[in-house]
Amino acid sequence: MATVVPTRPWRATPQVLATEAAGLAVALVLMLLTLRFTGFSGPLAAALLFIVYATAISAGLEGRRRGLRAAQDAFVRALLITATVVVLLPLVSIMWTVIDNGRAALRPNFFTQDLTSASATGPVDQGGAAQAIVGSIELVGFATLIAMPLGILSALYLTEIRGRLSGAIRFLTQAMAGVPSVVAGLFVYSAWVLGPGKGFSGFAGALALAILMLPTVARTAEEVLKLVPEHLREAGLALGGTQWRTVATIVLPTARSGLITAGILGVARIAGETAPLILTVFGAVAINTSMFNGPMSALPLYVFNELKLGLDMAYARAWTGALVLMVLVLVLFAFARWLGGRKTR
Amino acid sequence: MADNAVQPRTITTTPRTSDRVFRGIVTAGGLTSLIILGLIAIFLASKSHAVFSTFGWHFITDATWNPDDGTTMSTGQYGIGAMLVGTLITAAMAILFAVPVAVGLALFMTHYAPAWMRTPLTLLVDLMAAIPSIVFGLWGFFVLMPIAMHWSELINHYLGWIPIFSVPVPIFDRSPFIASLVLAVMIVPIITAIAREVYAQAPRDHIEAAYALGATKWVALRTVVIPHGRAGVVGGTMLGLGRALGETVAVYMVLNLVYAVNWHVLQSAGGSVASMIVNKFGEATPNEVQGLMAAGLVLFLLTLVVNLAANLVVRRTSRGA
Repeated sequence: MATVVPTRPWRATPQVLATEAAGLAVALVLMLLTLRFTGFSGPLAAALLFIVYATAISAGLEGRRRGLRAAQDAFVRALLITATVVVLLPLVSIMWTVIDNGRAALRPNFFTQDLTSASATGPVDQGGAAQAIVGSIELVGFATLIAMPLGILSALYLTEIRGRLSGAIRFLTQAMAGVPSVVAGLFVYSAWVLGPGKGFSGFAGALALAILMLPTVARTAEEVLKLVPEHLREAGLALGGTQWRTVATIVLPTARSGLITAGILGVARIAGETAPLILTVFGAVAINTSMFNGPMSALPLYVFNELKLGLDMAYARAWTGALVLMVLVLVLFAFARWLGGRKTR
Repeated sequence: MADNAVQPRTITTTPRTSDRVFRGIVTAGGLTSLIILGLIAIFLASKSHAVFSTFGWHFITDATWNPDDGTTMSTGQYGIGAMLVGTLITAAMAILFAVPVAVGLALFMTHYAPAWMRTPLTLLVDLMAAIPSIVFGLWGFFVLMPIAMHWSELINHYLGWIPIFSVPVPIFDRSPFIASLVLAVMIVPIITAIAREVYAQAPRDHIEAAYALGATKWVALRTVVIPHGRAGVVGGTMLGLGRALGETVAVYMVLNLVYAVNWHVLQSAGGSVASMIVNKFGEATPNEVQGLMAAGLVLFLLTLVVNLAANLVVRRTSRGA
């Protein structure tokens, strides 16, 4: 009697595992040889070469075992994983360098003092970015005051009025989202700073930021207002309410948390903008709380100006500014996500 | 004649005053985007028409930028040719680097990644889109540039016989190549976000049908998913292009602005209209400021055309889906 031994063809046999391991070893040797005899050097090049060789060899082995199609499939899979790693690498690198370099000047005085008393070469425990933090809060606050109502009105036109212009307005709002930030700055410079504004001011900066914020708010608010059930509107009208009362007492309160999300996403969009501020608020070393009088500072502008000084201590301050800015933007972003996620549940 | 035909009664309602005011205000608010876009075009054009009337097409085609002596416009030379060519070169290279990677990432996220990995990946990509451009600039200057200079030397060493990779003067820092790498990192999340959406919408039954016919995963992707998402990816790419054309501070930090057209992409000399505006703004003469306004107008129109085209393409696909 012959005993039937069940085969498991999907399992890798020791032979297959051995060839795979041998393949990886060959890739490793090839990588070391390339590093030794060509100009390639450094861990990044080593990783890259290893991925290339390992992909090619494992696709080749797969092809010998199961044919050309399987080889293609394995090759594409390796390629897509490589693409994912290639995107995540800079992200991790950015996070890591900003945190690592930003630590040095992250001291209490960074938040409490301005730069009037500190020289550019002075140690990082003197002076700080208080003027930039105050400026950023004022600028972003004012921009939000301008952009939020206009953005929500745009969204209301698209969801409540649904007039003939809906298509055109949706289209133009999207076009506006693509306006380069430096162009928004130039526009405010020509229309306000050179004209009625009489010079650089916080208000000019807030105007430029509002232009950049409006499309984000309008688009997100539209998505949110679309989610308000139609029968709520109909119920409001059936009770004899005017459209105005229906929108004000039913539609907007229903969408409230979503509208807040829209505002937060808008703030996250503009909090890191630098170029328009260079052209409109210019930058300052002292705290300036007046929105209409003279230049002021802001966090991105602070980073930019410290960087231009080209000194070690200024670089340290710039990195810390970037760290604070990034933490701020990421917290806003996470908060908006959390609010948005809570609503859909 | 046909008097006895039943006529539908016409219903007329007179909106209340409060509703009329409400609709007026909302319509006015809805028109903001139109008004602002119009104002941008009008203001930039009115402040810069002296430049176009003095230099005409030479403003676009000439590469020299010499400030005037403060008297009349014609004592200076204003041309953004080099900056415009530089902008197009860096943006095109950024697209070249970003699109394959973004498409690969989007395919991985939608069809390869295990379920637990999808939400964190989406979150990370969205997070990347939220990083301020000045942070990208800082990272590009201090972290990426030393590495990319090494790559530049290698490319130049092995492929220097190809004209665009040759380098007349061996200086590799702040080159169009490095600027385009930074831009690529910045626009990958934009392209990925849109590509991910269209790939996720690929019809499930078509994919199953491909498997049933014996297709491998890659063949199913190639024959169903990628064609389905093509228009969306094109639209997303153009949105990324719009961003790359208009990016200012990040490019400002990693690109050496030189007012002569330079095709040697590894050489430390490039151009960018947006960065030039910030670069020249500080010490510009009044006439030169008008030149910068003209440059801003050109950039505005360029990005507007690219973005409108992108939105048309994206919208056509989302309707078709």
